[in-house]
Amino acid sequence: MTTPARLPDPYGAPAAGANLADILERVLDKGIVIAGDIKINLLDIELLTIKLRLVVASVDKAKEMGIDWWEDDPALSSRARRQELRRENAELRARLERLEGGTHGEEQELVEGAAPRTPRREESP
Amino acid sequence: MTALRYVYAVCRPLTAPLQAELRGVAGAPARQLEHHGLIAVVSQVPDSDFSEEALRTRLEDMDWLTATARAHQNVIDALTGVTTPLPLRMATVFRDDSAVRVMMEKREDAFRHALDRLDGRVEWGVKIFMENTDGEGGGDGGEDTGARTGSAAPKAMSGRDYLRQRRMRTTAREEQWRQVEEFARRLHESLSAQAEDSRLHAPQNPQLSGAAGRNVLNAAYLVPRARSEEFVTLVDRTKDDTPGIRVELTGPWAAYSFTGLAEESAGEPT
Repeated sequence: MTTPARLPDPYGAPAAGANLADILERVLDKGIVIAGDIKINLLDIELLTIKLRLVVASVDKAKEMGIDWWEDDPALSSRARRQELRRENAELRARLERLEGGTHGEEQELVEGAAPRTPRREESP
Repeated sequence: MTALRYVYAVCRPLTAPLQAELRGVAGAPARQLEHHGLIAVVSQVPDSDFSEEALRTRLEDMDWLTATARAHQNVIDALTGVTTPLPLRMATVFRDDSAVRVMMEKREDAFRHALDRLDGRVEWGVKIFMENTDGEGGGDGGEDTGARTGSAAPKAMSGRDYLRQRRMRTTAREEQWRQVEEFARRLHESLSAQAEDSRLHAPQNPQLSGAAGRNVLNAAYLVPRARSEEFVTLVDRTKDDTPGIRVELTGPWAAYSFTGLAEESAGEPT
């Protein structure tokens, strides 16, 4: 018999390799929802506990990505990626302005060492 | 102090007995409550923890939440070993046995239907991680230091070079994303073909899971027990296939993701 230990035999050992996130995800988020006699607004708690602690790293990150970006099939990341690109583009543009046209702030020191005083001209060796 | 009834799962009458020592939430013994040919697996919990007010506070306490979730899962695991349980969401609590019976009677048809559908099936979890290969972090910190020390080598910091560097790095990251997506798509496709059903869950937070890398696919597959060995072999074969990509398998779980009864109050993110 070469059956690995974790195979259902006949019904299966406890879920192997599960971390806390795996367990919480199922126990809190996937089990059958039945309103018991004890009414709690799990939705509030889910938002705090599941969505924020379990699902996304931080509120800001969630907003940045659009909280449901992973929901569209395994084309998982396209939206997040687009946003990342957009952000990076803006950052680059700002950076470029500072580097090549900068006339104030700390960036100027950097440019000074690198190029002639006239800020607008490209440095040529 | 009043004792409430915590319900873990609903299933068909067990053919094998529950472990005598099976303990649930707060260490209380789990027992079976039969009604109309179905059983609810229940244990007593104190209302000092499970009254509405107490529970609201408790659920925000990560340590309590963790212990309770593990205790819940422990009972579900034991049941999965002897039958096909319908796991209820954590902290489903009733006043007394008769309230549990009323609930079972009201939902009898739905329970039977789900039990028929899931009989002999288990859930396997598969996660794909993209390992961190760009150890350069956000990048900005590094650039600035480079610029300052770079006055000796001014050419390196022309805007054009900077852009070129940035573009190369972005392209590399893009390429890695593309590879991971393609890998995830193909694996999900072949696993879905082996499974009766599948669900895509939200990726996990590394802070909580403690897993390295970025979780890009978090899926669940419904697989008959008899075909589980094949399924596991299939997943194992893809492991270590591609550098920078890690595949993790968990299970067998009770069919948490496939009860079909959870939608009624699925939370909206906004």
